[in-house]
Amino acid sequence: MAKLSCTIVGGTGYTGGELLRILNAHPQAEVTQITSRTRMGEYAYSAHPNLRSTPAGNLQFTRPEDVGKSDMIFLCLPHGEAAVQIDRWAGLAGAIIDLSADFRLRNQELYARWYGGAHPAPQWLDKFVYGLPELTRQELKGARYASGVGCNATATNLALMPLVKAGLLDASKPIISDTKVGSSEAGAEVTDASHHPERSGAVRSYAPAGHRHAAEVEQMIATVSRTAATVPVHMSATSIEMVRGVLATVHCFTREPVQDKTLWKAFRDCYKSEPFVRIVKTSTGIFRAPEPKILAGSNFADVGFAISEDGRKVTLLCAIDNLMKGAAGSAVQCLNIMHGFDERAGLEFPGLHP
Amino acid sequence: MVTAECSECGGTVTFKSAPILHELIRCPECGAELEVITLEPVAMAPAPTEEEDWGE
Repeated sequence: MAKLSCTIVGGTGYTGGELLRILNAHPQAEVTQITSRTRMGEYAYSAHPNLRSTPAGNLQFTRPEDVGKSDMIFLCLPHGEAAVQIDRWAGLAGAIIDLSADFRLRNQELYARWYGGAHPAPQWLDKFVYGLPELTRQELKGARYASGVGCNATATNLALMPLVKAGLLDASKPIISDTKVGSSEAGAEVTDASHHPERSGAVRSYAPAGHRHAAEVEQMIATVSRTAATVPVHMSATSIEMVRGVLATVHCFTREPVQDKTLWKAFRDCYKSEPFVRIVKTSTGIFRAPEPKILAGSNFADVGFAISEDGRKVTLLCAIDNLMKGAAGSAVQCLNIMHGFDERAGLEFPGLHP
Repeated sequence: MVTAECSECGGTVTFKSAPILHELIRCPECGAELEVITLEPVAMAPAPTEEEDWGE
């Protein structure tokens, strides 16, 4: 049986490289076209050297203008570009997953507030399903269009979702998410800030107030709790000495005092059937709480929690690989669900230790 | 196969053979070391351990 043919538009970046790596080993899908404006004619392995001597690595980059038809297109373009070009790409494939922020928010007012301008293609917003399977699996089944997810939003959403689903969250109190993030979140383009003597060893506050991914968290809370009211989420990110990974530490309050067992139940109820979310809260060993180090290259999200002495203030934790569960991994998980494949297909690499 | 609820996380702990009073067993979910404190019904409590201070 022929594999699902996939095109990656914007294939020199890190998310494009991760898609290429995952789909290189996918049993039912393969990349047949990959575009780049800066490396036209070059082999894909020139940008993604881990793929040398693989079928995916031996693909040659083409111009975006030369893309032909395929079953699926992954858009890995800078924010704002996919929305402007969406009609053209929709004419070239039966399904699209856009990894940018262009189609993540359902509401165009929300988009304008967080992204600083009117949405270029508001008529498309309703056609896209938010691409976090733990939240929208049913809508993704058979869908043609899915958005990507914000990496810091995903870590925060997966940490918070059990409390929201269980109705434990005190929505009148602030929700504060502090994320520690790796340098790959800044993308593959070189800047003064990424120069090694400047970046190495840095603990750099990025968006200490008003991080845009808060919009995706507010949207998740509204979706799960089926309310139009916005629960304000305060989010910040700090770049640390790490290449891949996000650790979200989310501080929130509960309506009533809770005990460990209450939250264990909420987390189990939420994630017992999820193939890529693991509860990590142990009393022994080195990795007692979620930690991104062991998730590099993996699509797993590790979640955990701790409760204050009075039982009212909860600290939630979630670790992911920002390029995997926070981008390309979730995108392939969406592809699998959209096409009725095994949701785990291509995504079973468990990460490395040490 | 006898099962019992972990006193710490509520997870299911499975005994391969009949539990013995004061037997120690580890919860597969939260990793807590548990001691069997009653047999009918089987109940467990955290086993006494030496605390680590993690530099505090």
